[in-house]
Amino acid sequence: MKRHLISAADLTRDDAVLILDTAEEMARVADRPIKKLPTLRGRTVVNLFFEDSTRTRISFEAAAKRLSADVINFSAKGSSVSKGESLKDTALTLEAMGADAVVIRHHSSGAPHRLATSGWIKGSVVNAGDGTHEHPTQALLDAFTMRRHLAGAPDGGSTHHRGPGDGTGRDLAGRKVTIVGDILHSRVARSNVHLLTTLGAEVTLVAPPTLVPIGVERWPCEVSYDLDAVLAASDAVMMLRVQRERMNAAFFPTEREYARRYGLDGHRMARMPEHAIVMHPGPMNRGMEITAEVADSRRCTAVEQVTNGVSIRMATLYLLLGGNEPAIAPTPATPAEARTEETRKP
Amino acid sequence: MSETTKTLLRGARVIGGESADVLIDGATIAAVGQGLTAEGATVIDAAGQILLPGLVDLHTHLREPGREDSETVLTGTQAAAVGGYTAVHAMANTFPVADTAGVVEQVWRLGRESGYCDVQPIGAVTVGLEGKKLAELGAMHDSAASVVVFSDDGKCVDDAVIMRRALEYVKAFDGVVAQHAQEPRLTEGAQMNEGVVSAELGLGGWPAVAEESIIARDVLLAAHVDSRVHICHLSTAGSVEIVRWAKSKGWNVTAEVTPHHLLLTDELVRSYNPVYKVNPPLRTEADVMALREALADGTIDCVATDHAPHPHEDKDCEWGAAAMGMVGLETALSVVQHTMVDTGLLDWAGVADRMAFRPAAIGRLTGHGRPIAAGEPANLTLLDPTYRGVVSPAGFASRSRNTPFEGRELPGRVTHTFLRGRATVVDGKLT
Ligand SMILES: [Zn+2]
Repeated sequence: MKRHLISAADLTRDDAVLILDTAEEMARVADRPIKKLPTLRGRTVVNLFFEDSTRTRISFEAAAKRLSADVINFSAKGSSVSKGESLKDTALTLEAMGADAVVIRHHSSGAPHRLATSGWIKGSVVNAGDGTHEHPTQALLDAFTMRRHLAGAPDGGSTHHRGPGDGTGRDLAGRKVTIVGDILHSRVARSNVHLLTTLGAEVTLVAPPTLVPIGVERWPCEVSYDLDAVLAASDAVMMLRVQRERMNAAFFPTEREYARRYGLDGHRMARMPEHAIVMHPGPMNRGMEITAEVADSRRCTAVEQVTNGVSIRMATLYLLLGGNEPAIAPTPATPAEARTEETRKP
Repeated sequence: MSETTKTLLRGARVIGGESADVLIDGATIAAVGQGLTAEGATVIDAAGQILLPGLVDLHTHLREPGREDSETVLTGTQAAAVGGYTAVHAMANTFPVADTAGVVEQVWRLGRESGYCDVQPIGAVTVGLEGKKLAELGAMHDSAASVVVFSDDGKCVDDAVIMRRALEYVKAFDGVVAQHAQEPRLTEGAQMNEGVVSAELGLGGWPAVAEESIIARDVLLAAHVDSRVHICHLSTAGSVEIVRWAKSKGWNVTAEVTPHHLLLTDELVRSYNPVYKVNPPLRTEADVMALREALADGTIDCVATDHAPHPHEDKDCEWGAAAMGMVGLETALSVVQHTMVDTGLLDWAGVADRMAFRPAAIGRLTGHGRPIAAGEPANLTLLDPTYRGVVSPAGFASRSRNTPFEGRELPGRVTHTFLRGRATVVDGKLT
């Protein structure tokens, strides 16, 4: 693993599979009565959020705390940052406080990259979403969710299966993923295109042409303007949040027209293969990109994605900060039987 | 400043041609020939060096008044002298804006006091660069600064009626409107060239069409009212095509290109290092090649630096928060040698034309952009083309350090600059 997680494009297939496998181990911890590991005891993780995102922030916070790290939440709102303090000065402050990892959410694309490469701090940088660039841990949790549903049974079978299973050691080779919505402004889409392609999946982006970036032809994926044409061949359909304000900038005429052409409703869902799942990074705009019927159906993994997010972020922090020691298991062969100081009886 | 006496340049290749001796007496060139001698003259061995007319920049941001933390007229003209310039046009986007006779005269006077380089102020086209109401263009022309070039640079004169009126109005005194071509609605939130790289980096796109559509409109307007328009910092292959077409019609259109657009591409933005943030943005390799070709064939008339100093903190931040612009005076000639001369696209006579004769002609400067001949003003630049050096902004005369060329090896070094016979630079150092 590298020292930072800035872009999903930085991950090799083996890096990505290692994170997903580690997340599976972490997920098992969540099923125990005591959900805490001592792994990052004495380490400091700073959540540096220049943009409001309670969902992402608490996910990282839960992940760090389950690894026994000290967590400092640094929100730009109401702090010196909103009074014009620069990213650099904030970084120097965090460095002085001894941050081992900085989880950064920033409205400006490239801010995490800048933080990691400018020499302002020595710790690891985790991109928790930057502008319209990337959101790599979201892509990892999406891949994790897909792998559980689509990558084969725990016995290593190669067929699709329904319901969550494991999939440890496997990638997403040959799986067809359709990502629908505001691709132009979506950091989730960018990270997913990189990561899913690395994991062997075939990605198709679906959006009105106004919401597809100029230059997309160089991305390793297909682009379609017709949702109905691709549904039948999708193993997973990821619906992206579409901000209603986009119509004010003429990206589409009305909410109703958007929902009609690009929203996922029950009729469209019925055209998907039986095993296919519906995903959403949240928060959902019910009635816009997704109907309540679909959002509440058992094929929709939105809630499961939130749960998986904590496991992925635990795995990410562990691998970036924990070095080579095993996360949980004294012997790698029996990760599920892991012992920790906390569970070990004196 | 050295004393204004006699200087004999021995064995320089005059505008890249045959070696000759050039005798400077006072403010003028006294003689050009073989085997010249002069009693008491300072003799400079210029063997192997290229003697050029003093360079003329049509597009310099000197920042004074208002942003003296990034540059002053003094430091900016010192940087110009180091770069081989003897005249620069100072852009109007200062604080206050150079939109009155008072401000342009102030800048003009500061230039005279600096003594390193002539400063020809550019006047704003509209009051406060707001694009709404014409500034007193006539008053600025009639002032001591004798303004001929008008520009709202930094902003586009996007209202077609205001642009038409400005083009018509300046005909009364042979003025020219220099347009920063940027359709504002198409560039809201723009951070870099719109294309493959912006798609990946998730940075707001600045599409080529936002420049090209304004240029197309303005060459048509200039033709319609029979005036002259100058296009600032042309940056795309499409813009080249439009200007080429306009010139083929015989219309009075001129254009400039910056050194950075002749060398750098948007691939550099992948570093998210704001030193590469500039307006118009760095474009693609295909654009760079089209610009070089257009400068070589004369479609683009001149190289202009768009020297845009910014304090360190305005670049030492995340991309989105950073200021746009690059310093360029001290590296321009090296970049032109590297991209145009060393590639065989342009000879030294071409360099003299694109960096001195034509920009002086566009700005209607009388004492600059003159041939190197007896009786002409001694505005001269001596260049060692064999020099190779790594760009190090620590040694810049400019108050700012925001060069995109830091750490790059570039050819050529200005050894001497003469402003009306006085050496402003000797052996690469300011006098
Ligand atoms: Zn400009």
